[in-house]
Amino acid sequence: MVVQALAFYLFASIAVIAATLVVTVRNPVHSVLWLILTFFNAAGLFVLLGAEFLAMLLVVVYVGAVAVLFLFVVMMLDINFTEMREGFLNYLPIGILVAVALFVELAFVGATWALTDEKVAALGKPTPDGINNIEALGNLIYTDYVYVFQASGLVLLVAMIGAIVLTLRHREGVRRQNISEQVRRTRADTLEVKKVPVGRGI
Amino acid sequence: MDIGLAHYLTVAAILFTLGIFGIFMNRKNVIIIMMSIELMLLAVNINFVAFSAFLGDLVGQVFTIFVLTVAAAEAAIGLAILVVYFRNRGTIAVEDINMMKG
Repeated sequence: MVVQALAFYLFASIAVIAATLVVTVRNPVHSVLWLILTFFNAAGLFVLLGAEFLAMLLVVVYVGAVAVLFLFVVMMLDINFTEMREGFLNYLPIGILVAVALFVELAFVGATWALTDEKVAALGKPTPDGINNIEALGNLIYTDYVYVFQASGLVLLVAMIGAIVLTLRHREGVRRQNISEQVRRTRADTLEVKKVPVGRGI
Repeated sequence: MDIGLAHYLTVAAILFTLGIFGIFMNRKNVIIIMMSIELMLLAVNINFVAFSAFLGDLVGQVFTIFVLTVAAAEAAIGLAILVVYFRNRGTIAVEDINMMKG
């Protein structure tokens, strides 16, 4: 139990510190790297909660795909980031005000909500005995939530097509290799044998 | 030393607040704003998983998968729009984005 508590405090504190650095560091590349650290620690929290599959999904999808996409975009766009930082301190008071107000509101919501002892006694375990987390999630997704699952696949397909359509550009004046044209080339279209009379030229 | 639901909800609340704070602080940089949105979605996911674990209902974790899917799609589309915008205007400053104003 003590180990679990220590692990929770470790993951939670690193996640919060890294998240703070995401929004405050100067260099957006460092910002993305801190975001990756936050995701890793959130995955650790998920493991502590018994959601192993989601923890792995978080690492694969967020760290492996989304954060790398961010990194690509940050590094490919040639942006003057120091100019972007102008006015950072101007927004500090209003930012802190809104953040504190929101946190107090969230704390109020959390404080008014409680479980009675009878309710706690009636609660089951998230995963039934004898099967692991992935198996239980798979049973649930592929039986009760199969249509929503398909719809989320469609969302991803639309996002993929949309991203490709948005970023694809046809540039004029670029010579591309046309393989079928190259294959169809015969000797007749390219080569001509001329009989040159001796001593007269063509 | 017993870690309960309240601990996880506190972490999620702090992360969500940091996301809001990041949006307010980086008013010019769209990339950081999108990262802040990702932070807020992560906080929501932690809430879902914590409630799912402590209330004994696996549907919260199923919903987290869908939130993750939509977040990934949103990041892909958002960054694609950002790249196209940068190609056209040469800047990504938020206050310059007013081309659709009539």
